[in-house]
Amino acid sequence: MPHLEQFFNIGVSILFDGLAYAMILFVISVGLSITMGLMGFVNLAHGVFAMLGGYFAVSLMSGAGVGFIPALLLAAIGVGAFSLVLERLFYAPLYRAGELDQVLLCIGLVLMATAIVTYAYGPNPVSIRVPDYLSGQLDLGIRSFPTYRVFMIVVGLTIAATLWLAFERTIIGAKIRAAVENRRMAESVGINVDLLFKLIFAVGSGVAALGGGLAVDVLGLSPNFAIQYLVLFLIVVAVGGMGTIRGPLAAALVLGIIDNGGKYLWPEGGAFFIYAVTVIILLLRPAGLYGKG
Amino acid sequence: MKSTLRTSLTVAAVLFLAPALSTAKTVKVGLVLTFTGGAARFGQQIERGMNLYLKQHGDTFGGHDVEVIKRDSKRPGGDIAKNAVRDLITRDRVDLLTGFVFSPNAIASAPLVTQGKVPMVIMNAATAWIPNLSPYIARVSFTMWQAGMPMGDYAKRELACTTAASGYTDYPPGKDSVAAFKTGFEGAGGKVVDQIPMGGPREVPDFTPFFQRVKDARPDCFYVFVPAGNHAIAVVKAFADLGLAQAGIRLIGPGDINPDTTLQDMGDAAVGLTTIHHYSADYDTKANFDFVTAWKEAYGADTTPDFMGVAGWDGMAAIAHVIKTLDGNIEAEAAMDALRGWKFNSPRGPIEIDAETRDIVHDQHVHVVVRKGDRFGIDVVKTFKAVKDPCKALKMGKCGQ
Repeated sequence: MPHLEQFFNIGVSILFDGLAYAMILFVISVGLSITMGLMGFVNLAHGVFAMLGGYFAVSLMSGAGVGFIPALLLAAIGVGAFSLVLERLFYAPLYRAGELDQVLLCIGLVLMATAIVTYAYGPNPVSIRVPDYLSGQLDLGIRSFPTYRVFMIVVGLTIAATLWLAFERTIIGAKIRAAVENRRMAESVGINVDLLFKLIFAVGSGVAALGGGLAVDVLGLSPNFAIQYLVLFLIVVAVGGMGTIRGPLAAALVLGIIDNGGKYLWPEGGAFFIYAVTVIILLLRPAGLYGKG
Repeated sequence: MKSTLRTSLTVAAVLFLAPALSTAKTVKVGLVLTFTGGAARFGQQIERGMNLYLKQHGDTFGGHDVEVIKRDSKRPGGDIAKNAVRDLITRDRVDLLTGFVFSPNAIASAPLVTQGKVPMVIMNAATAWIPNLSPYIARVSFTMWQAGMPMGDYAKRELACTTAASGYTDYPPGKDSVAAFKTGFEGAGGKVVDQIPMGGPREVPDFTPFFQRVKDARPDCFYVFVPAGNHAIAVVKAFADLGLAQAGIRLIGPGDINPDTTLQDMGDAAVGLTTIHHYSADYDTKANFDFVTAWKEAYGADTTPDFMGVAGWDGMAAIAHVIKTLDGNIEAEAAMDALRGWKFNSPRGPIEIDAETRDIVHDQHVHVVVRKGDRFGIDVVKTFKAVKDPCKALKMGKCGQ
């Protein structure tokens, strides 16, 4: 039965590549989902943190000779800390402002970040040197897979599991869930929602920065990154529903696998699949897969 | 007596020179390139090529100054370039238009140069049928068919591929390139088993699903066209990461997928890659050595020209030729007549503008990427002399209109 084997092979490669792609979508978007759920603040500049993470990692590796994995971690910590400065300076004054003001602020931040990065690194895309132990092929028994994508999947699942545990199994996580559910009630029982928000904002930005560093080798990195992939990140948040971990995870998996499968089986369809799936899911569940509403 | 003689001589000299002085003109050249965004590197290459020519030859030709007015076409969509061209023609009243990285930008601008009767010298946009869109377009760069069709023939006859898949960025030059390859490959007796559109020119897609599809189909050769630059780096990387070479598939394409400027970024993964093109900074000729040396002096030892830089240099030479020939009075018909049959010793080798099609005629070379000490370079293994655009010669599709 050569046909059966062939179908199996195609299925495995679609699932595997889709999963790897989904991990990038998830890691970059998860912070956006939670901050939106918690504060109702549509941070369109979220991609900036992913972009900065990518550039930070590239600089650390080429300038300071830091290894790939330490560079990713340092980028996450550095950008997470830096995001707190931005949060105090720009975001905080506009929490109670109208949506239009918030959107304008974010667009402004994206444009400024694009210009600053262009000034510092030039308009041309930069590349990252993935260490030898992460390049090439890894034989997993059934067939061989690109090592880097296996690494992406491992990192993505680790982050998802860690965030899920922190969210569902710790006191802080319980407080965040309470605040997402009903902010005023949470405040009235003595939960410091502002402090929680800062924490979430920094963690979300740091994780996005890590995602940005991971994505350099797959999506490339140029000063347009923050605006180029914004739609994709927003789709993940919209399809998944705001304010949860499993929402963006499920959305990233569905979109990543369907996008890859579509491109593999019917390349002429181009980007059609990802949008078709988005429309269908949102028609059936306007608040997203795990959203409330 | 003596002073009278001197006076009359002075008067005669002034009378003689005055008309010449009064006709010294400033020729305005509108330059439309991608200066910002992901394609900024292409604009930079071409502009550096132009500026190098001006630096070496002065910016005065036949007594006429050149003033370059730059406009940013940003992206491949055609819309921004078209607006820029409209502005340049109606507001800045340029005498000549040049630049044009992406084919859609040149295609969208073609009706305007026809209406405005402004000559246009294309420095990149390589979709074969572009010069057919307006009688005032000439091209100094290349056409997709000049590389694609010989590559098809070469793949069958010399690389012994009997089946091939092709993948392309889904916009005019991509469709052009794979059509050219198919014509050459099937003409030589091969069979193209799959033609895969792989996203647009603006964003680099994740090539994995497309390459996985090819890997599972196992053709002998995989012909790929993507824009030079980021797309090209990602293609070489995906090819290596997915182990297509180990699966017995050979990556080939036009030289767009391994330009000199990205070769070092591609690294070991690019070694063995076989393409056909008209320029590499590694060509071992006096003209090219001088050009590359001057380039590195002007822009830094770690920079290199690629095929776009050379097109900028040659394009500026073509414009200088038009200005000198027409004595600064630029008029579209006359400019095209000046360019018809124009011959030039380019760093890429001898080039000529075909009198009939206004398109470039130049040599094509089979390039193989090799390691040269601590860097990567190009070896030329075969040369096709004076290649005219096959698409127009065969009157294929829009090339026949």
